[in-house]
Amino acid sequence: MEPESSSSSPTLISSNGDAPAPHRPISNPDLLDIDSYSSLYSGRTKITRLLFIADRCDVVSLQLEALRIAYDEVKKGENTQLFREVVAKIAGRLGDAHGPDPDWTEVVERKADARKDKLENELNAYRTNLIKESIRMGYNDFGDFYYAHGALGDAFKNYVRTRDYCTTSKHIIHMCLNAILVSIEMGQFTHVTSYVSKAEQSQEAVEPIVAAKLRCAAGLAHLEAKKYKLAARMFLETHPELGNNYSEVIAAQDVATYGGLCALASFDRAELKAKVIDNINFRNFLELVPEVRELIHDFYSSHYASCLDYLGSLKANLLLDIHLHDHVDTLYDQIRSKALIQYTHPFVSVDMRMMADAFKTSVAGLEKELEALITEDQIQARIDSHNKILYARHADQRNSTFQRVLQTGSEFDRDVKAMLLRANLIKHEFYSKQSKKLHNF
Amino acid sequence: MSDAVESIVGHIQSLSSSPIQLDQLHRFLNRREKQLRSESTHLLSALPQLDPSLHSLGYLYIVDGYTTAHDTKELPDEFVSIIGRFLNTCSANQIRLAPEKFVAVCRRLKDQVMLIQSPIRGVAPLRAAIRKLQASPEHLTAIHPDFLLLCLSAKCYRTGLAVLEDDVYEVENSKDLLLYGYYGGMICIGQKCFRKALDLLHNVITAPMANLSAVAVEAYKKYVLVSLIHLGQFIPDFPKYISATAEKNLKSYAQPYLELAVTYDTGKVTELERCVQKHQERFQKDNNFGLVRQVVSSTYKRNVQRLTQTYLTLSLQDIADRVQLNSSKEAEMLVLQMIQDGEIFATINQKDGMVRFLEDPEQYRSCEMVERIDSSMQRMMMLSKKLTATNEALSCDPAFLTKVGKERSPMLDLDDYDPALEHFM
Repeated sequence: MEPESSSSSPTLISSNGDAPAPHRPISNPDLLDIDSYSSLYSGRTKITRLLFIADRCDVVSLQLEALRIAYDEVKKGENTQLFREVVAKIAGRLGDAHGPDPDWTEVVERKADARKDKLENELNAYRTNLIKESIRMGYNDFGDFYYAHGALGDAFKNYVRTRDYCTTSKHIIHMCLNAILVSIEMGQFTHVTSYVSKAEQSQEAVEPIVAAKLRCAAGLAHLEAKKYKLAARMFLETHPELGNNYSEVIAAQDVATYGGLCALASFDRAELKAKVIDNINFRNFLELVPEVRELIHDFYSSHYASCLDYLGSLKANLLLDIHLHDHVDTLYDQIRSKALIQYTHPFVSVDMRMMADAFKTSVAGLEKELEALITEDQIQARIDSHNKILYARHADQRNSTFQRVLQTGSEFDRDVKAMLLRANLIKHEFYSKQSKKLHNF
Repeated sequence: MSDAVESIVGHIQSLSSSPIQLDQLHRFLNRREKQLRSESTHLLSALPQLDPSLHSLGYLYIVDGYTTAHDTKELPDEFVSIIGRFLNTCSANQIRLAPEKFVAVCRRLKDQVMLIQSPIRGVAPLRAAIRKLQASPEHLTAIHPDFLLLCLSAKCYRTGLAVLEDDVYEVENSKDLLLYGYYGGMICIGQKCFRKALDLLHNVITAPMANLSAVAVEAYKKYVLVSLIHLGQFIPDFPKYISATAEKNLKSYAQPYLELAVTYDTGKVTELERCVQKHQERFQKDNNFGLVRQVVSSTYKRNVQRLTQTYLTLSLQDIADRVQLNSSKEAEMLVLQMIQDGEIFATINQKDGMVRFLEDPEQYRSCEMVERIDSSMQRMMMLSKKLTATNEALSCDPAFLTKVGKERSPMLDLDDYDPALEHFM
């Protein structure tokens, strides 16, 4: 694809090296409604997501809007650290109502100190009494406290400490969910995976909502590790009861988007049909994001132009997503390659001009993309660059067998000869050692 | 001529006909070895009294006595022709009684011709000497490395290649094998028989060795380069049967070469040139710069070959752009050359500057192909017979059995004989 066309028309996704750098500020997020977006989330993730948008987006009005909501949200909590960050980012641009407010921070911090002392005293008392359940609660409270104040590392430590005092599997699951939540906030996705598997190992059957939460967390971890196929599976298995119960991490809309895109990028046609389109559970999620539903259906029914249109219009928003932004380009590249491969698959010959139309690109650009795919052996075809036609190429089984046989023969020949030579050398050296020994006696 | 020498000559003349006599003579000469050396000044005049073809054993001892006593520099010039004639005409049965002496004399001939800077004078005699000394063409003698070295120095690659064509199996000394493979590899490179060169160098690298040999290191460097030229890639993994020392150390001695191989893989000529520039000194110091240049020029060909996998038709200009040549004219020359050499199958249409790539026209239906396959099969069968025979011989070998018995391992059978075989079974 031509680099010019990708920047001039947002309906295209770029698939080669000149894809926009991931850190390019987003200039046309007209579609993003910050208010409704932020209402999908709660807790800390709401603030971090808003801050992320403010960082990535270069439309001032949008930035300020995001910061304003973030400011209001932070004030509801007790995280003074984060509050200062937000204030610094606003830099007085929102007037006095959104200023540094030293009174509030002081009050909150004083309260926090008092609470910390109280918690410590309580915990010490519990520990001397050796009541397991109370100690667990004590640590848990500490974890909650640190989490609320933004000390994620300490929160994680305290949550994990409760593990030794867990008596029922419910407690363990509770501990795991807390650990997962904090790990996601910290970006430590290896922890996420390990605590998800810990939670899944518990003896009792977990409630569907918890199961759904775990699936989402695992999906995020796989996504972060670039294992898109596994991520897709996790999101697709998420039970729709999730609803907005996990809003401190993920919204149901995100499940649809992440799952849909990962599935498109990594599934083959049959899997796509069976696991995505015919998946009743996942359909509930897809209803929330009609664009993703439409683009998956377009992809499956080979309406690539419209599929790519949808993808293009979604891209700006996806780049503002705290989890997906790094993967958008890779996923889009993979989806595009998939589409190209699928397009050529049933034909003996393809007119590249028509194909370029279908993919909204130039013939020269298409030729480059096809060349790359053929080199990677993803498409079995050859390009007639003169007439701009792509011909499918069927390997001649008979000839290739002959070739292989002759090759294997000469390899055998070489290896056996070399081996006999080595064997004889070892034999002679062994003899000469032996005879030396004999001489010595 | 002194009396002592005269009596020795007399003995030689009378005791050179039957095997029993030769045995006596051999013992006699061994006893007189010291004397021969002390009388070395008279030995040269004794030679004309002997016939090198009839009295080969005695002749050998006298030549040996004479040359050990004299430094190579003092030897008269005609000595080269004396030894040359001897090597050409001597009786194989007689000289095989004293192979060490024979090898020593050959080595001195080599030193001598190298010293007077006409290595070509030693090529033919040493070739004859190899034939006399080896019991069968399968034997690698200690003369082989010297002979190949002379071929290399005299640029008589063809003669060297003729000897290299015999597959050797019997080898007694690992140093002989290393040098044989290394020099042989270089001769094959000189003749552009890259496949054969790879095999020889491979034998050097994988030869059993307790200490890393400098020959193996140099061979490894060349192996990397020749792999790139001939196969278009270099696989850095070692085979399982390589010695532990070589596996551990070879790579660290050949870093620039491995870097070159990695860069080669990207197919980008400019980057390759940069890499060559960076290590130019090292390559030149190793005397491998010529090969490195060949690696660079082979990239163009490799890139054109890649294009044949992707395109049916492509304009010359596009080819030039894609393989980073300056003009379509150059591209045309390159494609033409490659078609001539049978490296690609294509036609050039000069009218519109288009190249049409074709499939390999070989249909495996011709009589020649059937013959080729048949001969391959025969060869494989011979080899596998040989393999079984070796295996049987080895499993009856008392020395082997004692060793195996000591280690208390069960009898080896063909499968765990050598890991190289595994993927054929």
